[in-house]
Amino acid sequence: MSEVDLLIVGAGPAGMAAAVTARQNGLDVLVIDDQPAPGGQIWRSVETVAATKRGALLGEAYAAGQASAAAFRASGAVYEPGSQLWQIEPGFRAFVTRDRQARVIKARAVILATGAQERPAPFPGWTLPGVLTVGAAQILLKNAGEIPEKPVWIAGSGPLPLLYMTQLLKAGGRVAGYLDTTPKGRLMAALPHLPGALGAMGDLLKGLGWKAALKRAGVPVVKHVAEIEAVGTDKVEQLRYRTANGREAIVSAEVVLVHEGVVPSIHPPLALGCKVEWSDVQACYVPVLDSWGESSQDYVFVAGDGAGIAGAKAAELRGHIAALRAAVKLGRLGEGAADERAAPLRSSLGRELALRPFLDTLFAPRPQVFAPPDETIVCRCEEVSAQEIRDLVKLGRPGPNQVKAFTRAGMGPCQGRQCGYTITHILAQAENRPPGEVGFYRVRPPLKPVTLGELASLDQQEPVA
Amino acid sequence: MQPDVVVIGGGTVGAAIAYGLAARRQRVLLLDGDDGDFRAARANFGLVWLQGKGMNMPAYQQLTRSSVALWPDFVAELTETTGIGLTYEQNGGLAFCLGEDEFEKRKLQLQRLHNQLAGEDADWEMLDRAALSKLLPKVQWGPEVAGASFGRLDGHVNPLKLLGALHAGLVRRGGAIRSGATVREIRRDGEGLRVSFGNEQVTAPKLVIAAGLGSQALARQVGLDVPVRPQRGQILVTERLAPFLPLPASGLRQTGEGTVMIGATQEEAGYDVSTTGEAAAKLSRKTIRLVPALADVALVRQWAGLRIMTPDSYPIYAQSPSHPGAFVALCHSGVTLAAVHAAGLAEAIAAGSLPASLDPFHQRRFDVPKAA
Amino acid sequence: MFRKLHEPLTEAITIYVDGAPVAAEPGESVAAVLLRQKEAWSRTTPVTQSRRAPYCLMGVCFDCLAKVDGVASVQTCLTMVAPGMRIERQQGKRSLSA
Repeated sequence: MSEVDLLIVGAGPAGMAAAVTARQNGLDVLVIDDQPAPGGQIWRSVETVAATKRGALLGEAYAAGQASAAAFRASGAVYEPGSQLWQIEPGFRAFVTRDRQARVIKARAVILATGAQERPAPFPGWTLPGVLTVGAAQILLKNAGEIPEKPVWIAGSGPLPLLYMTQLLKAGGRVAGYLDTTPKGRLMAALPHLPGALGAMGDLLKGLGWKAALKRAGVPVVKHVAEIEAVGTDKVEQLRYRTANGREAIVSAEVVLVHEGVVPSIHPPLALGCKVEWSDVQACYVPVLDSWGESSQDYVFVAGDGAGIAGAKAAELRGHIAALRAAVKLGRLGEGAADERAAPLRSSLGRELALRPFLDTLFAPRPQVFAPPDETIVCRCEEVSAQEIRDLVKLGRPGPNQVKAFTRAGMGPCQGRQCGYTITHILAQAENRPPGEVGFYRVRPPLKPVTLGELASLDQQEPVA
Repeated sequence: MQPDVVVIGGGTVGAAIAYGLAARRQRVLLLDGDDGDFRAARANFGLVWLQGKGMNMPAYQQLTRSSVALWPDFVAELTETTGIGLTYEQNGGLAFCLGEDEFEKRKLQLQRLHNQLAGEDADWEMLDRAALSKLLPKVQWGPEVAGASFGRLDGHVNPLKLLGALHAGLVRRGGAIRSGATVREIRRDGEGLRVSFGNEQVTAPKLVIAAGLGSQALARQVGLDVPVRPQRGQILVTERLAPFLPLPASGLRQTGEGTVMIGATQEEAGYDVSTTGEAAAKLSRKTIRLVPALADVALVRQWAGLRIMTPDSYPIYAQSPSHPGAFVALCHSGVTLAAVHAAGLAEAIAAGSLPASLDPFHQRRFDVPKAA
Repeated sequence: MFRKLHEPLTEAITIYVDGAPVAAEPGESVAAVLLRQKEAWSRTTPVTQSRRAPYCLMGVCFDCLAKVDGVASVQTCLTMVAPGMRIERQQGKRSLSA
C-alpha cells in the first residue's frame, strides 16, 4: 500500500496548483487523474497542442495552461494519469485503478480537485447520436483537432457556446445557427451585479468580443429559445425549437451541441460524507467549505470548480490556498506563514469571484431545463422518463432515493451524474418543495466502474483491513 | 381519512401488512419515514427462500414454508392490482459449496433441518458438480466448486419492484401513504391510539409498528421491549449481462434486468451504512472462485443495508398487553414473508388478535431472565 | 458527423472498428475516432437497444462505452488510441463469455 501525505484527485488548474504549493512546503504528494495528460478539461492536451496551429486558434486563455502544466511537471509531485478513483474511505484509503490494476493509496489529507461537469439539460431526443454537449465538441477540438462536418446547430446559454463558436469559425467550421436559450430579462436582472464585476472587466470585454465576432461572421442567432427537441430514429435528423413567444421551427440537423452552464462535480465529496448546501443562484449543490477550502470532513479539501463554479484562475488560487492549509495541518508550515502567503491569493480570488453574481444571474438556466416534457428520458443509463418520475409523486411525497429504488433512475454506470438534478427538480416542482430540501441521491461506490477481477486482486495483494 | 389502522413503516414488512389490511376493507394510513433513513427494504437481495431456514425454530421453518406457498397467488394478485411486473420466479434455488467439506457440511445441515419437521417430503437435494453442470450448462464453474444444494421451492423477485408494487397496491385499494412522516410519539387516546408525526396527529383504533430498527423506541411507548440490533450486509451489483444464470443462488443471482447481485456480508458494525473496499474485495474473490468469467465484469454499485436482527434472529410478532390494538411486526426476511404478512398476519391484525401459531414469535421469549 | 481539421493525418496509425481498418492519430481518444465514422455511434443500450454515441467526452455520461481490445464497457472518451487497437461497438447487454 503506498502512503503519501497528500493525495490530490484531479490534475486540472486546481489540482496542479495545489501540487506545486504542497511540494514547495515539503509535502509528499500524489496526483491522480483520469485523463491521460495534465490540464483538466479547460487545458485538455495543452502540453502537446498549445504550441501548434490548433493551439493558436484556441486562444490565450488556453495557452496559459502550458506554463501551469510545466510548473506542475517540475514540482516533484508524483503524477499518475489514467487513474480512476472508485472509492475513498475515511482514514484515508483511496481505491484506484490504473492500467487495469487496482490498488489502495493511504493518505493523511486529500484535496478533491475534480472540477465540474456540464449541467444535465434533458430534452426529448437528447440521447440520440449527434447530440453532444458544447464542452464535448470543444474537447474534440482540443484533443483531436476535430470539428462538426456540416454546419452545426448550437443551443444553449453562457460563455462557453460563444467561445466555442468563435474557435470553430477560426478553425474553418460553420455554424448553422445559435439558439440562445437565455431567457428574456436576464440582463436587466444581472445589471445590479455589474459594478461588482468591473474588477474582472477583461473577461467581460472578451465575452463582448466573441459576440461581435459571431455577428461579423453572420451566424444566425435566435433569441429566447425556450424548448428544443432532437428528432430522428437512430441519429439526429431534425431539430425542433420554440421560442418564449411561441415561434416554432423545424430545421434539418446532423449535429446539435447543447450547453446550459456547468455544475460542480459533487460525487467525490458526497462519497466522503462532506456536507453540501443548495446554491439557489447556481441551481446546484456546492460543498460547505471554510476559507481554506476544507470541507466538513477533517483533512478533506475541495478546490477548483468542484468548490463552486468560478473558472480556471479561481481554481488555481483555490488550489494554492487549500495546499497551504494542508501543509499547516500536516505540520510543515506555521499558521502565520500560511496566513501571510494566503492573503494575496485571497484578494486575487476575491476579484475573480466578483464576476460570478453577474454571470450567474445573466446565465441562470431557463426553467424548462428543470421541467422536461413527460416523454423526455431523464435517466440516460436506465432510460427512465420524466413521466415515470412524476407518476410516483402520487405515492406519498417520495425523495430521490425512493424514486431511484422504484424506477432505477440513477442506478446505471453514470451514478446519477446525468439525472440527479433533474430528479431533484421534478420532485421539487411536483411536491411544491424547494430543491434544496428534496435532496440528492445517496452516492454509492464505485465512483467509476471497476471489474470484479480488479477488486479481487486487491484482496490477494495485501490485506486491506 | 379517519383510518382504522395506522401502519408505521413503509418498508417491505409494513407495506405488505398495510396492503393486506387494505384488502380486508380496513382504511389504512401508512406512515413512511425520511428518504435518507436506514432502509433495509431498499438494500434487499431479493430471494424468496426456504432452504436452510429455521434451525432450532421449527415454527419459523413452518411460517416460511407457508409464505413460500402463498407467493404465486400473492404475486398474481399484486400484479393484477397494480400492473407492476415483479420478475418473480420460483424454479428452485442453489447454495454453492466450495470444496468437498462444505458440500458435506451443507448436506448434514439440511438433513438436520429436515428432521425437525416430521413427515414432510424432502423438497431439496444435493447436486454434485456433474449434476450442477448438467442443470446449468451455460456456466463454467470454478475448479473448487464441489456442487450445490438445490431447494425446489426457492425463488427470487425484484425486491424494489415488490416494494413499489405494495405501495401502489395499497393506494389502489384506498389506503394512503405519507412520506417523510417520522413518528415521534404514540399515546393512548380514549379508545384509540394517537400517533404524532411532524406537526400532525392521527388517532386510530389499531396501530402496527413495522419500523425496522426504529421499532424498538416506538414499541417501548406501547409497553413492549423488542430487542433489535443492526447487522450490516453489503451487496455488489454488476453491469447488465445477457442471461447466463437462470436460477438464483444464495449470494449470487442474475436479475431480470441482467445485472448480477453478489452478497451479502454479515457484519456487526452498528448503525453504519458505509461500504468498504475490504468487503468488495472479499465478495468479488468469492464470486470469481464460483464463476471465473465474472472477473472482467464491471461492478456498477455497492451498497450496504442494515438487517433487523433479534437476539435469536427470528421475527417478532406481538400485540401490546398494555395498549390493546398496538401490534409490532419485525424481521429480516421481509421479502420471503411478504405473502404471509399480507395474508394471515394482516387477517389476524384486522381481527384484533394474533393466532396461537404465532406465539413462538412473541417478544416475551426475550423477557426471560438472562442468566440460565 | 465530425471531421479532422487536417486530412490526411500527419502521423496516422491504424486501428480497427468492428474489424474495419481506420486511420487515427496518436493522442486522440477512441471516442473521437468513432465520431468520425460513417456510423458514428458506440453502443446500443441494454434496456431498449437504442443507439448511443459519445455525448460528454469527459467521462461522466457513459454513453461512449465500447469493447476495446476484448475488454467490454470501456469508456472510449478516456481511452487513447494505440496502433492496432481493436474497437467493437457494444450491442445491448454484454455476454459473459466476452
